[in-house]
Amino acid sequence: MLWYLGRRLLQVIPVFIGATLLLYALVFLRPGDPVAALGGERGLPEAVQQQIRAQFHLDQPFFVQYLYFLKGIFTFDLGNTFTGRPVSEVVADALPITFQLAIMALLIETVFGIGFGLFAGLRKGKLFDSTVLVLSLLLIALPTFVTGLVLQIVVGVQLDWLPVTAGRDPDVVSLLMPAVVLATTSFAQILRLTRTSVIENVTADFVRTARAKGLSRGRVVNRHVLRNSLIPVVTFIGVDLGNLMTGSIVTEGIFNINGVGGTLFDAISRGESVTIVTMSTVIVLVYIVANLLVDLLYAVLDPRIRYA
Amino acid sequence: MTTTITLTDGSTEDAPVPAEKRDDSSPLLDIKDLRISFTTATGTVEAVRGVDLTVYPGQSVAIVGESGSGKSTTAHAIIDLLPGTGKVTGGSITFGGRELVGLKRREVEDLRGREIGLVPQDPMSNLNPVWRIGTQIDEALVANGFQGSKAERTARVAELLGEAGLPDAARRARQFPHEFSGGMRQRALIAIGLASRPKLLIADEPTSALDVTVQKKILDHLEGLTAELGTAVLFITHDLGLAAERAEHLVVMYKGKVVESGPALQILKDPQHEYTKRLVASAPSLASRRIQSAHARGTEAEDLLAEHADESATAAPDVVVAKDLTKVFHIRGSRPGAHTDFTAVDSIDFALPKGRTLALVGESGSGKSTAANMVLGLLEPTSGTVQFDGKDVATMSAKEQFALRRRVQPVFQNPYGSLDPTYSIFRSIEEPLALHRVGDRKSREKRVRELLDMVSLPQATMRRFPNELSGGQRQRIAIARALALKPEVLVLDEAVSALDVLVQAQILTLLNDLQAELGLSFLFITHDLAVVRQIADLVAVMKDGRIVEHATTDEVFDNPQQEYTRDLLAAIPGASLEIGA
Amino acid sequence: MPENRYEKAPRPGQGHYVAAPEDVKVGVVDAVSTDEAPSSMWREAWREMSHRPLFWVSVAMILVVIVVALVPGLFTSQLPRQGCSLANSLLPPSGEHFFGTDKNGCDIYTRTLFGAKASVLVGLLTTAFVVVIGTVIGAVAGYYGGWLDTILSRLTDIFFAVPFVLAAIVILSIVPSRSALAVALVLASFGWTTIARITRGAVLSVKNNEFVTASKALGMSRAAILWRHVLPNSAAPIIVYSTVALGTFIVAEATLTFLGIGLDPSTVSWGGDLSAGRSSIRTNAEIMFYPAAALAFTVLGFIMLGDVVRDALDPKARKR
Repeated sequence: MLWYLGRRLLQVIPVFIGATLLLYALVFLRPGDPVAALGGERGLPEAVQQQIRAQFHLDQPFFVQYLYFLKGIFTFDLGNTFTGRPVSEVVADALPITFQLAIMALLIETVFGIGFGLFAGLRKGKLFDSTVLVLSLLLIALPTFVTGLVLQIVVGVQLDWLPVTAGRDPDVVSLLMPAVVLATTSFAQILRLTRTSVIENVTADFVRTARAKGLSRGRVVNRHVLRNSLIPVVTFIGVDLGNLMTGSIVTEGIFNINGVGGTLFDAISRGESVTIVTMSTVIVLVYIVANLLVDLLYAVLDPRIRYA
Repeated sequence: MTTTITLTDGSTEDAPVPAEKRDDSSPLLDIKDLRISFTTATGTVEAVRGVDLTVYPGQSVAIVGESGSGKSTTAHAIIDLLPGTGKVTGGSITFGGRELVGLKRREVEDLRGREIGLVPQDPMSNLNPVWRIGTQIDEALVANGFQGSKAERTARVAELLGEAGLPDAARRARQFPHEFSGGMRQRALIAIGLASRPKLLIADEPTSALDVTVQKKILDHLEGLTAELGTAVLFITHDLGLAAERAEHLVVMYKGKVVESGPALQILKDPQHEYTKRLVASAPSLASRRIQSAHARGTEAEDLLAEHADESATAAPDVVVAKDLTKVFHIRGSRPGAHTDFTAVDSIDFALPKGRTLALVGESGSGKSTAANMVLGLLEPTSGTVQFDGKDVATMSAKEQFALRRRVQPVFQNPYGSLDPTYSIFRSIEEPLALHRVGDRKSREKRVRELLDMVSLPQATMRRFPNELSGGQRQRIAIARALALKPEVLVLDEAVSALDVLVQAQILTLLNDLQAELGLSFLFITHDLAVVRQIADLVAVMKDGRIVEHATTDEVFDNPQQEYTRDLLAAIPGASLEIGA
Repeated sequence: MPENRYEKAPRPGQGHYVAAPEDVKVGVVDAVSTDEAPSSMWREAWREMSHRPLFWVSVAMILVVIVVALVPGLFTSQLPRQGCSLANSLLPPSGEHFFGTDKNGCDIYTRTLFGAKASVLVGLLTTAFVVVIGTVIGAVAGYYGGWLDTILSRLTDIFFAVPFVLAAIVILSIVPSRSALAVALVLASFGWTTIARITRGAVLSVKNNEFVTASKALGMSRAAILWRHVLPNSAAPIIVYSTVALGTFIVAEATLTFLGIGLDPSTVSWGGDLSAGRSSIRTNAEIMFYPAAALAFTVLGFIMLGDVVRDALDPKARKR
């Protein structure tokens, strides 16, 4: 287990460096001079521009800038945004909100996805199964922002059950609708994956052996069918965290939430390189760490991985 | 004509008679006119069509049949474990006087494990990979009403595993299935099957995935154990030899019906039904015995054999010679720096005479396939040489090596993997011709037709695709493809191992005919000594990468020099039965 | 010597029974069936698909979308910007304007029809790019293995670690022109990783097949084996994924355009119209219905098709 953990950690390092380098390059290769554009029409005095450049190491070669940036990430000293607010403070403000949103979404999609998937898989070909299958396709086909808009119109405006937008310092209730929106596509995918996996496991030899032992149906389903079906689902959740992160950009935009996604989106429209690259890095970092956690969970669920 | 029956292996006969005296005059299991159907998209398929079967308490009975005969379906119906859409549509199954057809779910659940145990077929897929072995046995105890604390259950689990013949059982119980070898898993499954002391144990091909020596050990153990416990055993097997050796009553099934049933030896010795006759004639283990006995009685057969052996010893020059052949694999460990060297083939020497068959025999991991791959030029030897007509392959130019490919061709084991599913049969057989630029398209088509004739398949087969053919037919295609370039040597890597007995016999006959007709030399790789008897002139027995015994087939069978060879011979199912007719 | 079990007399019901020969006919062992027409794996998959209504429904949906995308003029005599006038702003549906008009007074029906082109174009182009990049990288990594595999797999991991919509947002905020081609290239630049992984996995499982070894034993070159045997046999999962991915890419394009960083505002697109309609969500939400429905219809078509194709091509699914 320890070796497995160590190996996974070692693999993460090049991925992290490669991914951040890619992002950093993309943002800093953008045309135009952000500093020169700062002062608007008149522009800032040359001396001030020089000072800002020096402060952000913009006068250094690209690779040196990147190293400064990496150093900043690890020392939590990320400098200020162009407007003077420390980037670390922006991150610290945004991260908890997005975490709350993502965790709510994750709970919704896994609980309901696995539940419905298991139910459908055990009743393969029955009415419930076919209905759920068709509906899940529909949910997958609906883009997140469309679901968001529809819910806003129906639940928010027409029924007036939940707040239309979340605003500053959102609570669980105001985050409920965005979380549902964020979870929809993944819910449908987890449902389908669980169903497929359950159907596969129900006919597996070891399930037959378990039945032949005299186990009751409930125990067979719990300990042999469901337990084994969770393995591919966990793998999917790892991949899906990326969707949750990018989905948060859209969802937070629609519901006006000041999370990582919302902040990132604002920064892009203002062309604020430092914030863009920091927020993107935060997303990638969260994604990589979450995937690492999922891999560990995977190893817990599947002993073959643990001892490989 | 008198019949003498001797059991050369008497050890299993010493099993104690169970102390408690049971009422064994009435059947434990009685199946009458059982019918089972499956619903498919195209309609209903009747898989079992009126089967009768009786098992008495403590008795061992075997159902014998090829794949698709309905033998497993019958067995699974007893404990209501029919797969998919399977349904009992008629007849009755009584167990201890109680009707089982139509029982409620809970009643069947009570029956399973406690009254009737199951040892399933494939040890690799029948244990849940995510639970410890001990947990999986413990489950069976709990489900069947074992009264006791957790510690008592743990002790009982270890006891059961030990009883199934697993050493160091307490530690093993804490391991996961993937840490077990096939044989160990099968022992764990036996422990599960017998955990709650059922009156009947259904053993569904319990050892067909295992090496023969392991198979024998496990079956011997199972036999002793069930005799001790007084458990009746219903064997399901495709192997007539194994069935006759392990059961006193045989039921032969074919296409969902019982074609013949009765006392084991009587069926073996005096088969009446056409199908049983064919089965007896084709079973490799039994066939070898017949030649042996003929040999002993000094009939024509012996003269033929002697003549043959004579020829091989003198006339034929060696076409393939392996000298000091060695292959070492570097295996990367799970942790850094944990590399190990694994010597798969350890300086072996062998020679394949022209027009003859050399069998490389060994169990899994013996290095026989690695050796074959080096002869085929698919693997580079770590040291040593492979010579063709006296010329070292390693010293040949690329062009010479390409030309050599035409002279040595392989046929592999898996009939489902050996043909590209996206290629038509024509394209598959034509590919070698096209690659080596033999003839034009028209002459190549002629050659493909010729080859199909050679392997006794209709020429129209060439427009078909592999998924439309049976395993035996695919293997014929693979042979036709291998023969396309008129090679001198065929490397047959377990080429008949995956086939049903009758089909296997057909392919072996075909190979024999082709050898006589085309003067082919065969390097025959197999784990099955019984088959060797039917096809090989020379045998090299491999163990742990070395050749432990290398002699003519007769010598190996009649006068094995090595302990290991003797073990292998004794492990051939049915080897302990000798029928002098 | 203990009692020999073979010498016991048979018990009741266990005497020697032989079925009547006419009762069970013993057939020729292993005869080739000659009655059915030859059928390849692909033809069988086709047969399987063509029996499913869902297949025809999804094909019809996709055809409708493609025809509309190619020649929207077949269904409307107007052009998307023709006759827009603020005087006609937000008219309800009528004989003249089937779906009513938007804020600028443009005919929503016409704009919805013309919006298909952008979505379909971006979807097809992105999928094409992704299949080419992903298949090449995945196949080379899986087939040749060794250090090539290590490098390419790490590269895939790196690109995979950046969610592709995030990467697209960052890149699109840089590029000056955002034509359909540009958006497709941007989406593809980070969207190829899944297909590379799928291809690598498929190639790894195919390359150990015995028919591949047999071709090696014929002296066939590695590249030829990859091209003639390994790739065709790895195609099924790639096709399945591509069909579903096409839908995903259409969603991604619409999302980006909705956010204002996808296609240029001058391009008529569903995402753009949804974005424009958002400002009147509290008063005139219905104008957003049509582009949203068209978008969902299109994506559903591809995702449904992918689902049917998966069932037909995946042998594991077929057994069930």
